[in-house]
Amino acid sequence: MIDAKTTFSIALRAIKANKSRSVLTSLGIIIGVAAVIIMLAIGNGAQLSIQEDMKTMGSNILTVRSGTSTSGGKRMGHGTQPSMKASDGDAIQERIKEIYLAAPLLNDTAQLVHGNANWSTSVTGTDNRYFQIKEWNLAYGRFFSVTDLKNAAKVVILGSTVVGELFGDMDPLGKTIRIKGIPFTVIGVLETRGLSSNGSDQDDIVYIPLSTAQKKVIGIAFPDMVKSITLQAVDAQSTYTAEAKIRTLLRQRHNLGNHKEDDFVIRNLTQMMEMRENSSKVLTILLGSIASISLLVGGIGIMNIMLVSVTERTREIGIRMAIGAKSWDIRLQFLTEALVLSLIGGFIGVVCGLSGVWVVSHFSSFKAVVSLNYIILPFTFSGMVGLFFGFYPAYKASLLNPITALRYE
Amino acid sequence: MSLIELHNIKKSYKLDGFDLRILKGINLSIEKGEFVAIMGPSGSGKSTLMNILGCLDTPSSGNYILDGQNIEKLTPDELAHIRNQKIGFVFQGFNLLPRTTAIENVELPMVYASVKEEVRKSKAKEALEKVGLKSRMYHLPNQLSGGQQQRVAIARAIVNEAPLIFADEPTGNLDTKMSVEIMKLFTELNKEMGRTIILVTHEEDIAAYADRIIKIVDGEINSDIKNPQVK
Repeated sequence: MIDAKTTFSIALRAIKANKSRSVLTSLGIIIGVAAVIIMLAIGNGAQLSIQEDMKTMGSNILTVRSGTSTSGGKRMGHGTQPSMKASDGDAIQERIKEIYLAAPLLNDTAQLVHGNANWSTSVTGTDNRYFQIKEWNLAYGRFFSVTDLKNAAKVVILGSTVVGELFGDMDPLGKTIRIKGIPFTVIGVLETRGLSSNGSDQDDIVYIPLSTAQKKVIGIAFPDMVKSITLQAVDAQSTYTAEAKIRTLLRQRHNLGNHKEDDFVIRNLTQMMEMRENSSKVLTILLGSIASISLLVGGIGIMNIMLVSVTERTREIGIRMAIGAKSWDIRLQFLTEALVLSLIGGFIGVVCGLSGVWVVSHFSSFKAVVSLNYIILPFTFSGMVGLFFGFYPAYKASLLNPITALRYE
Repeated sequence: MSLIELHNIKKSYKLDGFDLRILKGINLSIEKGEFVAIMGPSGSGKSTLMNILGCLDTPSSGNYILDGQNIEKLTPDELAHIRNQKIGFVFQGFNLLPRTTAIENVELPMVYASVKEEVRKSKAKEALEKVGLKSRMYHLPNQLSGGQQQRVAIARAIVNEAPLIFADEPTGNLDTKMSVEIMKLFTELNKEMGRTIILVTHEEDIAAYADRIIKIVDGEINSDIKNPQVK
């Protein structure tokens, strides 16, 4: 048996002897490995950005909004027929055990004024449960107090974008701004959340107590009206079981007979996110598999060249056999050559793949994130491809008859 | 006991349904330390006999005992082991590995015998010194003359301390002056180191260096005589 070091030096010499051919042969593997790494990184990036969205959205979220209205045969969009009350939310939170928190929301667009500056943004009436569900903390200041909520106090919590637009670098805390002409005292500023996945600015918003919104700022069709309720379930599974229970409870509370349509819409955001995440996983697998095919094609290239190489070196094989190489020694020699060739290709492929990922993430709208697994996997795969496709040529070489091999010209 | 004993060795090939009988029952024994030349016209079965003697091929029937071991029924891998341990080959076309230095070519039999690298290097140096090529150790075959290449091949044949050296037309590609040098080297290996040498040639003046001359004609031994005038 021939030792490992000698085997490798023989393989390296054979590879060096035909430099340009070796490079061309490895090219298939290089492209394959690089493609797998880039594709997996893009898939991984998509998955990570979904996970980030889920974090800002809060976890295990359901929303209930008012249903659709019909006016002269035209059906209007969701929320056009007000039907929800804040007390619906309280009832859900109290009576459905899967639901942990329910935050009422009543929002409208309004003009904000501070001194010479003015800004149009979304004004949302809610209570502190909303911030709890969204896991949204204050940069400074305070949340609403019990009295604020009860007495419809004219206090406001600002998103960071609004602070910038109205106050610039000034400290807004304790200052007065006007919303639809009504003076409000700024009591807090929220942490910056950045853009949401659909590109809207999550910080371009202000929050006021729900009672204030209902009584002083936003017109309502009936007492205690809200536009939607955001619900948080105790866990992801509960979002599914809670949905049916919420429907039953709300139909009962809204006195809807058996033949009447729901006057509300329940949306399971967790479900939507899970679907998005699953589809991005499928995408990753799909991209990875397509790229793997190029790696396989690269392997076939290696087999091709190794077959040519075995034929060309028939005489060398004959000499080695005459001198005492056993069939295993010959097999090992060519197998090692194929393996080294594909691993060198794999290594260069990893380097190219990482550069590709850098280019993609810097110069395109795709987010590409590499993880160690996504480097080890294609590299190992390239080695396996080399072994697999190197086996047949190596086996063929080992079957040569030394007499005919020695006579080969 | 003889180093080589052949009992009724026959070899035939199937060719278009006909049995082509190449060797028709060869009986032969060669002692340790002999210098034997095998001669014969082409097509006489000389090459086939050489392949069987060199353990590159097996006979169709008959017994071949090499150094006390029956080898007629061995597998290709077992034959490879025997060649590695007992036989050194010197070919007409030198058969050195291209792009491989002289010393590495000489090391090759020891590579397949799993000899450690340091031992390999020192033994290869010794063998190259013996054939007078110490200064050309790190030259590639294409940087050496024909005679020098054949010396490297001889060094490769003796390095594993194989008792038997097989030379198949070793001077066929060399001019007269170099041929004489190579044959002198063989005589030296035979006389001073006690290696058994089997030389296959069709040239009378090359065969003249051997102690014993065996002539093969038509698959049979035609004559087997002691050389009266060894060169």
